[in-house]
Amino acid sequence: MIFLELFITFFKIGLFGLGGGLAIISLIQNEVVTKHAWMTFSEFTDIVAVSQMTPGPIGINAATYVGYTAVVNAGHSAAWGMAGSVLATFSTLLPSFVLMIIVSRFLMKYTDHPAVRTVFSVLRPLVIGLIASAALMLMNEENFGNPKESTVQFILSVVLCATSFVAINKWKVNPIFVIVVSGIVGGVVYGFLPI
Amino acid sequence: MVPFSLLKAFGTFFKIGLFTIGGGPVMIPFIEREVVEKNQWLTKEEFMDLMVVSQSLPGVFAANFAISIGYRLGGRRGSAACAIGTVLPSIICILTIALFFQQLRGNKVVENVFRGIRPAVTALILGPIFHLSKAAGITWRNVWMPIVSALLIWQLGVSPIWVIVAGIAGGIVRYFTLKKNNENHPDMHDIP
Repeated sequence: MIFLELFITFFKIGLFGLGGGLAIISLIQNEVVTKHAWMTFSEFTDIVAVSQMTPGPIGINAATYVGYTAVVNAGHSAAWGMAGSVLATFSTLLPSFVLMIIVSRFLMKYTDHPAVRTVFSVLRPLVIGLIASAALMLMNEENFGNPKESTVQFILSVVLCATSFVAINKWKVNPIFVIVVSGIVGGVVYGFLPI
Repeated sequence: MVPFSLLKAFGTFFKIGLFTIGGGPVMIPFIEREVVEKNQWLTKEEFMDLMVVSQSLPGVFAANFAISIGYRLGGRRGSAACAIGTVLPSIICILTIALFFQQLRGNKVVENVFRGIRPAVTALILGPIFHLSKAAGITWRNVWMPIVSALLIWQLGVSPIWVIVAGIAGGIVRYFTLKKNNENHPDMHDIP
């Protein structure tokens, strides 16, 4: 029964998935391609690519897409596939709900205890480090291009990154507007330049 | 301050989910902007505390973050409203692609647009580093902490979990040192 298996698989992924988006992708790949053989490697690669380009957290996007594909590949209709995608998504969320609510309750109860406050006062500067590492990891060749091999892309990427930063933080432009404009610039420049 | 309601929470997180392009961390600047700055539902400190808790528990970080904020604001119903708001754009977009645009991948125009978006999104994540550093209590004495942790994660591939575990251990040591030596430190006072 594909639906029960989907539920168990994604509940497990939600429960043991530690370490963010790409770590969860490798966990999903292991379960879905290697263990259950619900789809081929190349189908899964396509799913990861689409999950990275569509809005939403990558882990949730992948769960949604895998749920649909697994059910359709098992010979069911597209409507059942949609049910599969909703099921996979909420199975991933279920362990998060339970764990987060337990931990939140505990913290809300002891939030004024000096020990809890001291621990959080040490953790807060580290949060800034975590955010910085997320930004630094995105500043890679895949996203910015290579200064030697794809010089034009690299320069345009640096300009877009710097302009966006100033626009959002100094000129207080809405970030959504900045994303839309950057997308248009990318589409126009890369569409007309032969690179 | 914008009054909290389930519908408003759902709408806010739907908008956040819709513009989280490129993975969970992209949610951070949007949540900071919508939940802390615009709606003023959380202080900067609460925002950082919930973020660190969401990072240290298993599951999808963005979902954990939405659930913990929702729970803080509106209990179980609040957490459900925020979580559903966050994942609904994913479900809608992925199903639309799965049903109608299987050939989207490899489309030249889409690829070009994303080559423009990715550097902008990176700039977006840099923002909260500067907005939050004061509330995070960063001074010249402890500025090495965020720098070292960012380098460990970025260059040596250390999991953020270990950074958080080290921080908790450091916090516990600090608590007992303060308790022994300095009863007057602000962290040691009960909030009246």
